[in-house]
Amino acid sequence: MSTLIGKFKTKRKPSSQLINKSTPYLYMMPAMIIMLGMVLYPFMYGVWLSFTNMSLTKFFNPDFIGLRNYIRLFQDGVIFSTFNRTIIWTFVNVFFHVSIGLFLAILLNRKLPGKSILRVLLIIPWAVPQYISALTWKSMFNYSYGAINIALKTLGFTPINWLSDPTMTFVGAIITNIWLGVPFMMMIALGGLQSIDASLYEAAEIDGASNFQKFKNITLPLLKPVMTPAIILGTVWTFNQINVIILIAGGFGNEKTQILVTEVYRLAFNFYRYGYAAAYSVVIFLMLLVFSLFYVRKTGIMKEVD
Amino acid sequence: MKKNLSSHFEKNDSKLKTILIYLILIVFVIISVYPLLNVFSVSLRSNDSLFLTDLKIIPDNWSLDNYRKALFEKDLLIWIRNSLAVSTMTAITGLTLSASAGYAFSRFNFYGKKTSMMLFLVTQMFPAPMLLLPMFIMITKLHLINNFFGLLIPYTATAVPFTVWLMKGYFDTIPKSLEESAYIDGCNSFTAFYKVILPLATPALAISALFAFMSAWSEYIVAQIILRKPDLITLPVGLVQLQMDFTAEWGVYSAAAIITTIPVVILFVSLSKYLVGGLTLGGVKG
Repeated sequence: MSTLIGKFKTKRKPSSQLINKSTPYLYMMPAMIIMLGMVLYPFMYGVWLSFTNMSLTKFFNPDFIGLRNYIRLFQDGVIFSTFNRTIIWTFVNVFFHVSIGLFLAILLNRKLPGKSILRVLLIIPWAVPQYISALTWKSMFNYSYGAINIALKTLGFTPINWLSDPTMTFVGAIITNIWLGVPFMMMIALGGLQSIDASLYEAAEIDGASNFQKFKNITLPLLKPVMTPAIILGTVWTFNQINVIILIAGGFGNEKTQILVTEVYRLAFNFYRYGYAAAYSVVIFLMLLVFSLFYVRKTGIMKEVD
Repeated sequence: MKKNLSSHFEKNDSKLKTILIYLILIVFVIISVYPLLNVFSVSLRSNDSLFLTDLKIIPDNWSLDNYRKALFEKDLLIWIRNSLAVSTMTAITGLTLSASAGYAFSRFNFYGKKTSMMLFLVTQMFPAPMLLLPMFIMITKLHLINNFFGLLIPYTATAVPFTVWLMKGYFDTIPKSLEESAYIDGCNSFTAFYKVILPLATPALAISALFAFMSAWSEYIVAQIILRKPDLITLPVGLVQLQMDFTAEWGVYSAAAIITTIPVVILFVSLSKYLVGGLTLGGVKG
């Protein structure tokens, strides 16, 4: 490296000799090596795996079997219902994250004595490690001793079989995940709201705008650049959320409670069908790729990077 | 006095509206806090009142017996030690990598910049299990199963994309003229970076370190497939094992969960202001 720097030193003017062409790459390299080694390489390895029949018994001598995993995947057909469930999971979660988060942020963005204490208490679900939240909700869903059924009984409702009925387990996982994700959106929205110039509202008020008009014409458009990346990120996080379902339904849980990513986890680590699981995850990746390309194009998120 | 009080509130709000706002906020606060209070409540119950079905937070005849059991009869201390080691290593490596990469993205134009920034963004979109399986096989073949290095590398790789963006956003707010004057004083690029710019970026560094630390501290799925030996497992793996034996260990699990959670919550809450600043900065500035 020193010879490279030396070469530039002799060629360049004094002011620019300090920053030569290799400097940015030196700063970048360590992070890049980790990313390539831990993301890109495993990714390509995974694609290769998807064309093999690797399993626990074929761990060191997998055969190349072409597209057979993919064909079987679509013949089995379970992926279609899991796909539908994943869409419901993602949509319901993100919808409530954003709407409740925005609602709370608007309430907190007013002059309100004691609001900083309220805000701190409201972000607690974000601060608790995810696995603890999931386990805690799981215990609250317990049929006889869980807080939720006790509360339901107290209110005169019949208790629900949260953890033995697959549909209710899935609903329980959604409730848990909504609880988990609201604070992130709330804080992002709050940050966005605070950056809006108060004089805009004053001007609107002078013009006689109603609260709803102010919200629609000032708040929403000015929040958009802050919320759009957060919503994209939130969507991807929710789509890929594995902890909540795995921990609430249990790794061996019923297939009717699984979303795409947890199904891959089950196939790989409970059934040891490595090749098949790899094909499954390639299909998921392609779905996400289409989604993110669509979003990148639609929102122009990369335009500002230059 | 009256005038003073009203200046604390929004000027056009009626009393009813203010009360309603407080009421709504308090309902949401209860929903946010209750699960943690519930764990706390169970952690104070003795074995014979574990399955009482009342919703009291502080039970009658409360005791700290579950805490004693968690700390001294179970392996909680070993799990904490393991988690501390892994998370600290992750924070340090993650910080080094993201500070320097973020600096490159913020200050220089170079061939492949846009592609590499895109790469960092795209990694956020990879489904975890898609990488988990090949990673597991790679780590097995590298004989890093039951080795903290087998955890450190994936943990750093997951934390880095976000912290790089965060650092870039922060460096963008520091004027370039500072480095230029450092160059005139005879610094080269690296000394200008770590002597002038890094100290100014302390808040962003703190958030990045916290983020990397917390993501490693709370990670269950990867740890669960890489660590198999009982004396090497981290907190999440240990706690999940405790919780699996629901009826026998519910109280002990709850005590352990409280011990694990409270420091993290305090740390997180006290730094949350910066965290959000960093997030929205990253959001607006790209």
